[in-house]
Amino acid sequence: MGAYILRRLLGAIPLLLGVATLIFFVLALAPGDPTAAYFSPNLPAEVLEQIRRNFGLDQPIYIRYFKWLGSFLTGNFGYSFAQSRPVADILLEALPNTLILAGVSLALVFLVGVISGVVQAVRQYSLLDGALSVITLFFYSMPSFWLALMLMLIFSLKAHEWGWPIALPPTGITSVDYEFLSLGERIRDRVVHLILPVTTLTLALAAGVARYTRGQMLEVVRQDYIRTARAKGLPERQVILRHALRNSLIPVVTLLGLYLPFLFSGAVFIEVIFAWPGMGRIIVDAIFMRDYPLVMATSFLFAVMVVLGNLIADVLYAVVDPRIRYD
Amino acid sequence: MTERDPQVTKNPRDATNVGDPQSGLPYSVPVNGLPPEPAEPLPARASSGALIASAIIPGSGHVISGAPGRGIVFFASWLVFVAAVLLGAGHIRTLPQTGSLDDYIATCTVFVGLLGVWGYALYDLTGARARRLAQQGDSQWQIAVRHFKKSKLALAGLAVLALLYLIALIAPLIAPYDPIAQENVIQTSYLPPSAGHWLGTDRFGRDILSRILYGARISLSIGFIATAISVTLGTLLGAIAGFFGSKADAMIMRFTDMVLAFPRLVLLIMIVALFSPSITVIILVLGLTQWPNTTRIVRGDVLSLREREFIQAARALGFGRWRIILRHLIPNVLAPVIVTATLGIGNTIVLEAGLSFLGLGVQPPTPSWGNMVADGRDNLLGAWWVATFPGLTIVAVVLAFNLVGDGLRDALDPRLRT
Repeated sequence: MGAYILRRLLGAIPLLLGVATLIFFVLALAPGDPTAAYFSPNLPAEVLEQIRRNFGLDQPIYIRYFKWLGSFLTGNFGYSFAQSRPVADILLEALPNTLILAGVSLALVFLVGVISGVVQAVRQYSLLDGALSVITLFFYSMPSFWLALMLMLIFSLKAHEWGWPIALPPTGITSVDYEFLSLGERIRDRVVHLILPVTTLTLALAAGVARYTRGQMLEVVRQDYIRTARAKGLPERQVILRHALRNSLIPVVTLLGLYLPFLFSGAVFIEVIFAWPGMGRIIVDAIFMRDYPLVMATSFLFAVMVVLGNLIADVLYAVVDPRIRYD
Repeated sequence: MTERDPQVTKNPRDATNVGDPQSGLPYSVPVNGLPPEPAEPLPARASSGALIASAIIPGSGHVISGAPGRGIVFFASWLVFVAAVLLGAGHIRTLPQTGSLDDYIATCTVFVGLLGVWGYALYDLTGARARRLAQQGDSQWQIAVRHFKKSKLALAGLAVLALLYLIALIAPLIAPYDPIAQENVIQTSYLPPSAGHWLGTDRFGRDILSRILYGARISLSIGFIATAISVTLGTLLGAIAGFFGSKADAMIMRFTDMVLAFPRLVLLIMIVALFSPSITVIILVLGLTQWPNTTRIVRGDVLSLREREFIQAARALGFGRWRIILRHLIPNVLAPVIVTATLGIGNTIVLEAGLSFLGLGVQPPTPSWGNMVADGRDNLLGAWWVATFPGLTIVAVVLAFNLVGDGLRDALDPRLRT
């Protein structure tokens, strides 16, 4: 197993190098210039030229590429143009926020998805199955940004207007008076701010897991060993949970890796709408500001997380399925 | 539905087909031992009364001659076109003076549709089509169509989609207001849904319903063209990777992995933002980033097909590689590709809406469902209708695409047929 993980990690290196190269050349070949932000009609052309030289933009593209790659690989992500501070600092602030949002959502996505899928499969063709199928397909077809707006409208803005007992905060990660709260209140404040973004991501993504789990369960339930388990008189509950569920969860684990890109894509919208100071919001802001160093580092970090997530999913797959041996 | 062996029952619907004169065995004993399907009698010709009724109101003839289901479908689609003509009567009358190309296309569509439904209903009623089909026996596609029709939800999805594409074509005739023009903004801004404006107005007093109808053009065409690009590219790359193997395979698949490792939305907003958003850029970017999934599916199928006898036979006959790929491999992987494409259009519409929502897609004042939802963000509490209705439209369309995609998957995959 150790050798396999090592091999996969080594295999990820060219992949990530490729991604980094792709990012660099997409940005380098794009029209527009980072110095455009400094442009003003009063600025003499020589000064602009000097700025370009200071940024190293006068050099040919391959030299810029290798210089950039060299410093990038040694962990020097450079300075953000827009925020005038090291990119690494900005990312270190944002990363935990995104990981909290993505982690909690991912856990809930699989919990909700698997439960719904199992219930549907056990009661196939029942009213409940039909209802859940329609509901999951409905959420599956829904753009996450619209769902976010609607949840915000109903459970935060309208709830406030209608005087519901609990009106969730519409945006942000903490309340304004967070600094003055006690520890317990702080935790509560954090959780309350998490509810809407996490609910949106969960609803948007759990549908896919539910559909997949249902299909897997239906396949497994037809197997001979399930009939054997029933024939030897095991209670239905045990047949479903011990024999069927555990085996149908194996392929669901691989979904974990496949879902990370969706999760991060979804997180971009969620973070923008709910003003969640995570990486998705940073990258959108950075793209609009043409803050190239920040864009490069953030998108690279996204790619790293996706590759790592895929690796973890593959390793988990081997752990849960003893038939699979990576040697 | 049982799979029939084509060599044993050459013509399953042929009633005179009683046995094989040489071996004495009945034709209709299939290899798998299942009883043969009863041969259906050829459909009869319709009575002249039914034909006359159908010539006046399409579909009524079917009801008279005992096929109310088909009759209602014809009648309903005819009604849709009649309604479009009535709604667009004003536009059509002033066509010579004011008509733009849009108006002409819309008018032509409506009248061609009207005549088409009427003519096809008559043709169908004469039974000529049904007789021809019955005599030919079933092709793979007809079997798939029959299975597709079993799913009510998929049919409903298909109806919604047909209606939407029609709406996109005839938007100028049926939209109650101009989607872009701003009238007296102070008086008409943020009007709630009412009889005058069914879905309300936005900040600039523009009618939401009209904007949604016009937005269908943008969303549907972007979804369709981008998916066409990505599916073509994905199928070709997948077939090349699977068929040639070795270096070509390794290169294509590494590149595919790379694109998949990137959160697609991030890549999209990166490219669109840098190349200043326009509809062409969006179509290209969406089309050129969606292919990896198709490539993977096609490659996997081609890998297993490559070793099959008919491909080896084609090779033994000395066919060129491209002929084998284009004529023998790709037609056999088309079923999953069609399913992916259908689901992909829905997916692309959501992505386009997302980009427009971030301000990176279709630029105002051109209406797109995504930028309409974004408009609604400005005053979510005060004017909930601005963001709600375009979003609901997206949900309905994507739901329809997903239903049709699911139905196609079940219909095209023999293993899933029930």
